[in-house]
Amino acid sequence: MENTRTAPSVLTARAAGLIGCTQCGRVQTPGAARCIRCGSVLQSRDEASLQKVWAWFFAGLVVYVPANIYPMLRTSSLGKTTDSTILGGVIDLIHHGSIGIALIVFFASIVIPVGKFIAIAYLALSIRHRVKLSDHRRHILYEIVEFVGRWSMIDVFVVAILAALVQLDFAAHINPGIAAVSFALSVAFTMMSAQSFDPRLIWDANKGNPA
Amino acid sequence: MTPNVPDVTLADSLPDPAKLIACPQCDALHLDADLPIGSTSRCVRCHTVLESPRQLALTRIVMLAAAALILMIAAIFFPFLELHAAGRIQRSSLLDTVMAFSTGMTAPLTLAMAALIVILPVTRFVSLIYVLAPMAFGWTPARHASRAFRIAEALRPWAMAEVFIVGVAVALVKVAGLAHLSIGPAFWAFVALVIVTVLKDNFMCRVTVWKTLEQRRPS
Repeated sequence: MENTRTAPSVLTARAAGLIGCTQCGRVQTPGAARCIRCGSVLQSRDEASLQKVWAWFFAGLVVYVPANIYPMLRTSSLGKTTDSTILGGVIDLIHHGSIGIALIVFFASIVIPVGKFIAIAYLALSIRHRVKLSDHRRHILYEIVEFVGRWSMIDVFVVAILAALVQLDFAAHINPGIAAVSFALSVAFTMMSAQSFDPRLIWDANKGNPA
Repeated sequence: MTPNVPDVTLADSLPDPAKLIACPQCDALHLDADLPIGSTSRCVRCHTVLESPRQLALTRIVMLAAAALILMIAAIFFPFLELHAAGRIQRSSLLDTVMAFSTGMTAPLTLAMAALIVILPVTRFVSLIYVLAPMAFGWTPARHASRAFRIAEALRPWAMAEVFIVGVAVALVKVAGLAHLSIGPAFWAFVALVIVTVLKDNFMCRVTVWKTLEQRRPS
């Protein structure tokens, strides 16, 4: 495909005085509120993007705290009740000897959420501040954050399945703990945060600086 | 955030905006040539896939979405997992899993679970069939097809069937020590559903669908 590259930099729709649709790629002259091809809301740049990112980010961070403190699972076996938190569940799995599964849960419930918080904060800060990573690297980081976020839901699903399955009255039964709710909320909020981020800002930000 | 100063002569000589395509991710402008079937165009700057038209893509997506819908019905009503312990058999269906949070403080999660595992995927399948089936037959798009496709695309990250399957795998291992577990037919229906969904999403190129919708729209 040909491109309208003006060496060394690329001409953007914004620089050409046009607006590109983020859904369907249609380019049109400014003025219309919605894309003529797909009807999506048109914005040359989402001006409130960073505000929305930070708002969802802190909402996610706030509910992530109780998600780690309160029990995720409440197991009652032969009259004995034990609560396990997210980290406790991982440690239990390691004691059972299922290292692989422990790693999956550890990644999905601890590494991915924490990594996501760091990555989103980094990306949002990189718009206003000069950072080391190149535009391209940051764009890849953004795509990873977008792709990986939903996989944190694993632990919530595990709790639901266990709670539905293990209902053997006295012998054993498992109930979901309150942390499941706050963890699910945290995942949802950080997904919203990542979606609010306008990746075009990554490429705009460094325009003044030598690449 | 000062926009780079465009090459003035180039900006003046830009072709009709309809012949251009802006990268949805980074806003770089490209000339929108008609791509041959089977090829893929990428953004020169951020390498995002712009367009990838595929042979019979519309028909395939419709077929796969219809298959996914049927599999989902099977997955909901057949037993999902069976647990044998202490001389008892505990069967649970997908519906039981969704209802697991329905008591106490975790009740709101029931709704979210139902949405993430069943309702949103089904909504996506139905709206994709609604949008693409008439086009696969070569008819004009159905009414509100644009809105339906927009909804389908917006729901994409929230339809978490494949995440759920990994969750099942983890749960199986956790329970394995406690009791004997066997997998019901619904589980396999759901696995098939995930495979079909992934295939379908791989075939689908958002920009191509929008362009086809635009071309076929009665004006």
